[in-house]
Amino acid sequence: MEQERVIQIRNLNVYYKNHKKTPFSKDRMNHVLKGVDLDVYEGEILGLAGESGCGKSTLAKTIVGMNKIYDGVLEQKYSDPQMVFQDPYSSLNPSKKIGWLLEEPLKSDKKYKWTKEEREKRVKEIIKAVGLTENMLDRYPSQLSGGQRQRISIGVALMRNPKVLVADEPVSALDVTIQAQILELLQQLHRNMGITILFISHDLRVIYQICDHVAVMKDGIIQEYGETKSVYKNPSSEYTKELLRAAGIRK
Amino acid sequence: MEVILDVTDLHIEFHDHDKPETVVEDFDLMLEKGEIVGIVGESGSGKSMSALAIAGLLKRHALTKNGRIMFDGHDLLTCDRKILRSYQGDEISIIFQEPMTSLNPVKKIGWQVEESLRIHHKEIDKVTRKKKAIEMMDAVGLREPEKVYDMYPHELSGGMRQRVMIAAAMIAEPRILIADEPTTALDVTIQAQIVELLRKLNKEKGTAIIFISHDLSLIRQLCQRVIVMQSGNIVETGNVEEIFRSPKMSYTRKLIAAIPQIDL
Amino acid sequence: MKRFLSLFRKNKATGKRNSYLILGCIFTGVILLMVFIGLFYMPYSPTKMDASSKLQGFSFKHWMGTDHMGRDVLSRVMYGSRVTLAIAASTIVIGAGLGTIIGALTGYFGGIFDEVSMRVIDAMLAFPSILLSLVFVSLFGTGTYQVAVALGISFVPSFARIVRGEFLRSKNMDYVEVARLQGVSDMRIIFVHILPNTVGVLMSSIMIGFNNAVLAEAGLSFLGIGAQPPYASLGNMLSDAQSYLFNRPSYVISIGVVIVIMVLGFSFLSEGIKRISNY
Repeated sequence: MEQERVIQIRNLNVYYKNHKKTPFSKDRMNHVLKGVDLDVYEGEILGLAGESGCGKSTLAKTIVGMNKIYDGVLEQKYSDPQMVFQDPYSSLNPSKKIGWLLEEPLKSDKKYKWTKEEREKRVKEIIKAVGLTENMLDRYPSQLSGGQRQRISIGVALMRNPKVLVADEPVSALDVTIQAQILELLQQLHRNMGITILFISHDLRVIYQICDHVAVMKDGIIQEYGETKSVYKNPSSEYTKELLRAAGIRK
Repeated sequence: MEVILDVTDLHIEFHDHDKPETVVEDFDLMLEKGEIVGIVGESGSGKSMSALAIAGLLKRHALTKNGRIMFDGHDLLTCDRKILRSYQGDEISIIFQEPMTSLNPVKKIGWQVEESLRIHHKEIDKVTRKKKAIEMMDAVGLREPEKVYDMYPHELSGGMRQRVMIAAAMIAEPRILIADEPTTALDVTIQAQIVELLRKLNKEKGTAIIFISHDLSLIRQLCQRVIVMQSGNIVETGNVEEIFRSPKMSYTRKLIAAIPQIDL
Repeated sequence: MKRFLSLFRKNKATGKRNSYLILGCIFTGVILLMVFIGLFYMPYSPTKMDASSKLQGFSFKHWMGTDHMGRDVLSRVMYGSRVTLAIAASTIVIGAGLGTIIGALTGYFGGIFDEVSMRVIDAMLAFPSILLSLVFVSLFGTGTYQVAVALGISFVPSFARIVRGEFLRSKNMDYVEVARLQGVSDMRIIFVHILPNTVGVLMSSIMIGFNNAVLAEAGLSFLGIGAQPPYASLGNMLSDAQSYLFNRPSYVISIGVVIVIMVLGFSFLSEGIKRISNY
């Protein structure tokens, strides 16, 4: 069965302006993404691997529309993709209660006007879906552990029932034991809600756990793409081999 | 083998809130010369607190410490502040998780690497000091150390900064290096390099290392002996490979199960 | 309420007490009580002169003595504190209100608007605020309301600076990105998402600002601008009293002590609020 593309990226180029150091020097342009081609298919978990500075976060931000200046083709089947960030300590507003944070995406939903009862029902649904209980709703983020915060961040992203979720290093700031739990949660949500996930990580071991396909990125270029298992078995690019060695997967 | 550090019944309690909070209970550690010991546990398990206590860096007002940390015939918990100061950075060094914040942003790299020589070895003159610093920076794998010597922290990547931190910690050739999650904030590729570097320094200089991490697989790569901690207590201790083969406690089993398994 | 009361008790673990908060509450409490009573009852009319009892010392009849026109100082202090506090409060409302809005908008949006407003604010900050308010008073004319507005405007720059700094820090936090991603409008992000996170800093600068406002009002009235005779404010009473510094020191002292208690009270209160989290 031919699966449908949810995101189609062709020859995507992104430049960042490097701010001038002195009033006399010219602005330098940083070429961050250099002609990226990538397809994300309906209902899959696609892993995007690469070291920091390779442009993977820029790609994520471009997909969810936080970076509006690019050239190339970026076609998406669904609007309103959502994103989960790396640092669960800065991605939740410290002065708001969990219940408020979860409700907020519904209040600013432009497609549908949620009534108060509907909002409350949805909040309860989601808090259960991310594996927490309703008594968390009255707490502040500072009263939660890192893993619980990351669950809430995922919950906030899921409130409006998006079809595509971009997760930018969602487990890198967490302990190994918590990492495993969050990965399991993502897999479970993927199964139950049929959501397509673009999973970004620098750790190939983590990507192996949950991704169907993997794309390896270096210096703004996709080096390798393929089914996760076969890429890990027979990597074609030197860079993939290096990453696999660093993760202790290849000797 | 010669025991250089002997921690017995270390007990740390915080009084920041209404109820006193025990963060470390009955912590024991015998560190032999040139050994690498791993401490593993989740955040909040007290692993960092024990390390900070050994380094003499727990200086909070609302705190009680009990037990003994014997080093060089002195109890680091009760000894004179002056004696403690003379060991810090010279005989016992520490590197932290966050290379972005542990370097002073307005000082040149070279100055920061030299700092403990400047404090503890006043007899060394400026030229030798610079020579030593550049040697050390070369030893930790910083390319073109002469150039890096005159750079500022913001010009370096995370991995390079962590190398600088290690160089600064190792320059006085300490007997003990405490590494508190030194690779957690770094990419996997850089992590592997830093672990390799620590192993090399341990072999060449004979520095004993206390390596703290939440990741058992990292500890397995580097350490012979491991201490597993959970909520302030030691749950299990022993040879790393043995613990991997037959973990006795369910918590250790949980930590091992959390390591991503790759079966190709 | 229980939590509020526990702020004043000894911390069980550290055995320390937030004495700044307690002293601050007592001092400001005394002043506020005096002003509150003054709303309903004053021993004498603050403007009633009595030529037969000029410049008297402390007595049961006149607790704080009388001034050079035979007016009861206690009554005048009760009235004057009310005027001074009202001016200080409106100064803060204008200064912190406008300053917060300007700081929030410039900090969040940045760009040319930010550049221009910050240069204007730099220019305003280059002058001492008392001088600045003198300029505004000369534009608006003298009088209680004019002084309040003039002081308020001269307080805007410092508040704008503080709030802008907080916004610059917060606007790159991930939670702001999350909100943007959900399509939350800019105004809602500014005032609902980010602003509550600046309350801590804002509160303590409001307290300090209140102090400065009390002193600035007293200073202006001392110079003869502000509340006009026969109406009293602490500043112009002090100005009157200084002529009799040597022959009737009790006059100056009673007014001086009230100003000191008021200013110390608010400084202690701001310090105490800052320390709540540490105890």
